[in-house]
Amino acid sequence: MMAWLSINFHALAATLRKLAGSPLSSFFSICVIGIALSLPTGIFVLLQNIETLSGNFTGSPQISLFLSKDAGSAEVSEIEKRLKGNPGVDHFRFVPKEEALGEFRKDAEFSDVVTSLSQNPLPDAFVVFARENSAKNLENLHQEMLKWPKVAHVQLDSNWARKLDSFLKLGHVATSILAVLLGFALIFITFNTIRLQILTQKDEIEVAKLIGATNTFIRRPFLYLGALQGLAGGIAAWGIIAAGLHFMNGAIQELAELYSTRFILANLGIRESLLLFFLSACLGWLGAWLSVSRHLWQLDSGSQ
Amino acid sequence: MISFQAVGKRYPGGFDALKNITFSIERGEMVFIAGHSGAGKSTLLKLVAAIERPTSGSILVRDQNLGRMKRSAVPYLRRNFGLVFQDHKLLFNRTVFENVFLPLQIGAFDPREAGSRVRAALDKVGLLGREHAYPVELSGGEQQRLCIARAIVNRPAILIADEPTGNLDAEYSGIIMDMFKSFNQVGVTLLVSTHDEAMLRKLRPRVITLHQGELAP
Repeated sequence: MMAWLSINFHALAATLRKLAGSPLSSFFSICVIGIALSLPTGIFVLLQNIETLSGNFTGSPQISLFLSKDAGSAEVSEIEKRLKGNPGVDHFRFVPKEEALGEFRKDAEFSDVVTSLSQNPLPDAFVVFARENSAKNLENLHQEMLKWPKVAHVQLDSNWARKLDSFLKLGHVATSILAVLLGFALIFITFNTIRLQILTQKDEIEVAKLIGATNTFIRRPFLYLGALQGLAGGIAAWGIIAAGLHFMNGAIQELAELYSTRFILANLGIRESLLLFFLSACLGWLGAWLSVSRHLWQLDSGSQ
Repeated sequence: MISFQAVGKRYPGGFDALKNITFSIERGEMVFIAGHSGAGKSTLLKLVAAIERPTSGSILVRDQNLGRMKRSAVPYLRRNFGLVFQDHKLLFNRTVFENVFLPLQIGAFDPREAGSRVRAALDKVGLLGREHAYPVELSGGEQQRLCIARAIVNRPAILIADEPTGNLDAEYSGIIMDMFKSFNQVGVTLLVSTHDEAMLRKLRPRVITLHQGELAP
């Protein structure tokens, strides 16, 4: 156990010495990995933020039910009765045409237009909140309401949210593809930097093999190097995203104030951050493993 | 300990470095391999240390058939050997101490004991005061002794040395041969290649002479 610890400790120390021994090239490698990783991760963060933002709206999809203009109070109470009796409806609000017009009148932009009108062009309407927000339930309600008397138009206000949802899904797929591609890039980058490191230590590897080092022993410090480099790249990516969000939030706050809402982009949560670090370390490890194994394989096949 | 049975080694390209070599070496023997350069001395030592594999015949080292040995088993076989190379193969970015420490590190030796082992090995070759020096600071003879210290730190059963006195003057050669004799006296099997006739006349060991890849009568 002591010996095993000592071996790993020595390997780790040697790795850190190597990283510190060529600070500039280590820094550049880490930056390249960081930039490569920050791309898919950054897009993922943005998508997550859009999701939380749209979640605020999609929470309770509304159905707007417009009556035809010749509908009288009898028809209104008939519709009211049907809405009350419908199990798919949670609650609803009647918006008489006078109230709708009043809303417009309050709006500075429309008040001139409204006052110039000789009669109210708006119909009576109901705003209906569904009990269940599943697409199927909403669609059923929509179809049923269309069949009711004196109903001119039924608008499903959740349509845009559903469209956004499918766009987000598309975005997730695209990000996943990008993440896989750049994950490969990370492996290749590590493969190459480790290969260069191996070339500078060819003699050490040769001597170690001659005096009885197993391939595992020879691989170990390079695996540490690959994993550490990957991990540092992951941390760099996290830093790049944090800095990017910081600058974007400044601009977004101004924008949000114009819309009189409050919204800031959130960074990766702890679990996602740890996952990012873990994955980047694993990919670095894999790249290093491939690199050393290839070198060892060449050594072995060359000595026969 | 070591036995060759009709061993041949043909390199890619058709050159026969060794042809039909048969001999055996018992535990605790001191055997010299003599012959002109190009006679196959280095190839023979490489075959013993499983650095190369024979193309015909069989080699047994400690009852293991090297020709059929799995690649993954080779490192453990090598830990029975101390190897002294003609070109030393020292690591120039490591100190004298670290160079000798390397085999212990590879063999997962208890780190608390390793330090005294390394110093004992350096003491035997007369380099105890130079632990913190780097190999470039050493003379050719000292580098050879450092290489020997690295070979013996593991207390190997078999010491294999390829032209250990090749580039050294007579005085240094004498010192190194005395060392080898003392290792042999504590039971280490020695296999040394040399083209130094004077050395052979002085030590009168058992000699295997190679001539153009074959055993000379």
